[in-house]
Amino acid sequence: MALLEIHRLRYAWPGQAPCLNLVDLGVAAGEPVFLHGPSGSGKSTLLNLLAGVLLPQAGGVSALDTPLATLSAAARDRFRVDHMGLVFQQFNLIPYLPVLDNVLLPCRFSPRRRARALESAADLAGAAARLLEHLDLAPDLWRRPASALSVGQQQRVAAARALIGRPEIVIADEPTSALDVERQAAFLDLLLAECAAAGAALVFVSHDRRLAARFPRVLALGEINRAEAA
Amino acid sequence: MNLLHLMPLAARSAWNRRATLALTVLAIALSVCLLLGVERLRQGVKEGFTQSVSGADLVVGARGSPLQLMLYAVFHLGEATHNLGWPSVQALSAHPAVAWAIPLSLGDSHRGYPVLGTSQAYFDHFRHGDRQALRLAKGRAFRDGPDDLFSAVLGAEVAEALGYRLGDRLTLSHGSGEPGLAEHADKPFTVAGILARTGTPVDRAVHISLQGLEAIHLDWQGGAPIPGVSIPAQFARKFDLTPKSVTAVILGLESRAAVFSVQRYVNGYRDEPLMAVLPGVALAQLWEVVGVGEQALLAVSGLVVAVGLAGLVAVVLAGLNERRRELAILRSVGAGPLDILWLLTLEGLGLTLAGAALGVILLTGLGLAAGPWIAAHYGIVLAVAVPTAGEATLLGSVVAVGLLASLLPGWRAYRLSLADGLTPRI
Repeated sequence: MALLEIHRLRYAWPGQAPCLNLVDLGVAAGEPVFLHGPSGSGKSTLLNLLAGVLLPQAGGVSALDTPLATLSAAARDRFRVDHMGLVFQQFNLIPYLPVLDNVLLPCRFSPRRRARALESAADLAGAAARLLEHLDLAPDLWRRPASALSVGQQQRVAAARALIGRPEIVIADEPTSALDVERQAAFLDLLLAECAAAGAALVFVSHDRRLAARFPRVLALGEINRAEAA
Repeated sequence: MNLLHLMPLAARSAWNRRATLALTVLAIALSVCLLLGVERLRQGVKEGFTQSVSGADLVVGARGSPLQLMLYAVFHLGEATHNLGWPSVQALSAHPAVAWAIPLSLGDSHRGYPVLGTSQAYFDHFRHGDRQALRLAKGRAFRDGPDDLFSAVLGAEVAEALGYRLGDRLTLSHGSGEPGLAEHADKPFTVAGILARTGTPVDRAVHISLQGLEAIHLDWQGGAPIPGVSIPAQFARKFDLTPKSVTAVILGLESRAAVFSVQRYVNGYRDEPLMAVLPGVALAQLWEVVGVGEQALLAVSGLVVAVGLAGLVAVVLAGLNERRRELAILRSVGAGPLDILWLLTLEGLGLTLAGAALGVILLTGLGLAAGPWIAAHYGIVLAVAVPTAGEATLLGSVVAVGLLASLLPGWRAYRLSLADGLTPRI
């Protein structure tokens, strides 16, 4: 049974030709998937569709057996924070919040993530600390504002935020493209290990094919997308 | 997501941009300070005006227009066409309900300032503003009767503008206004006292006794000296100096409850046509006429507030583009577009509230620092107090307009976060 399912999905930006027309796909619980596509191939659009920010014109995305299109906009916002962790390319953090508060943001907005975070730790700070330690961030950084961290450190904080409260799905959008090659590999190892430990399905989107080797399953957007490139 | 989660975020986000926002808050604070200051001045001026006479129950004059009676009896402007006879004044003073009576006689002037003939009762009973008595800054009041005929007590402005000191001599002119008036040069007056500033028409008056006023007119008839007749000052006391008539009388009653019965008594007075006016009512009517400018002033300061709030909207809108990433992050952790709208709106509202509060503090500080000086020089009391109902309404409307204006950046952020989703195109 797939955790994340794409079924006959078609999407077109208003007034434009369809940019996505996907074959049916499923991602199993705990499965890491590498989704590759060149710039402009609709990766960001797909990301917004998977997260339920955009709704397709036809077909749809189901997560945890819930078709996202059947939820109201507010319910999709709640569903997203309850069940998904997101990591972006860069500028992942709210600059004026300390590292720890950035990590705990999903717990502030989702009682479910909060409750799940508290299953493994005495308090929220403890849960965040455990993740930050696993992701190799020294404790003296935790109280610093996010803007004081290097890009590599920020990306690891973002990963901790995506993982806190053990969401079933983690979606990462080019999270390594702002890092140099060595740090890319280190970050990817950490992310894969933590997702595996948390049992989260990982959809890792990137234009960089070299990273694909670490994933058991690799999808090319060009191959799963039947829409004609404009 | 709810407001409880949003408010600390909005606050921390604002704190992160505090330098820019502080300037915006200051601009709003200054405009609110101006708005409330104008409102307070407006109230102060209005009260100063309508309380040019306070503590008096009735002003009595020859029958005519009540407003004109106020103009010459209180503001010493214009001239009375009819006087009331001295027997009437005596009858009024003797009325059992009347506690005191101040006779007022106008007609002469000194270098453009009105000369007010009156009695010692003026210094004892006249009240202005918040029932304040007249206070002599220097010297003494004149005495009624023939011994102190040529003493004058100057209003503060007269003394200051003309540079008079105690003991200086001045001559009065017959009539008022135009230059080249006939002088009462043979009977000069001596400055016996100078009144403290009141901020009322009292400051502009030269006060002399009714007997003194009678004395300088002994050898006059029909507004000109009688040819060939000259009565030297030292002989004036030998004449009967009881005034024949006065312009108006200010009455204080034993009990305020009697005011309408005394008014009826005066209005129905049989010996001559008289009229009694409630000064508070008449002054409020007069204010309707002269106070039109106040509304314009308030409108202008309202515009200043609008400019301040426009600045707020501009600053929040300008900062929005840099915050699109931040908004996308919030979207990824469960914030809806409406939450984003509220986040921005709350920020604007918070800034407006901070500006309004700071404005009130500024005004209070200003009132404490400059209030006594303004009260002494202009007779306007700038109350340092919690905002009145009227001011609270003004403050409330500033905040309400601030909230409405803040919906604009909120709406823009809402649109942006819908369009951007999780991936803003910056």
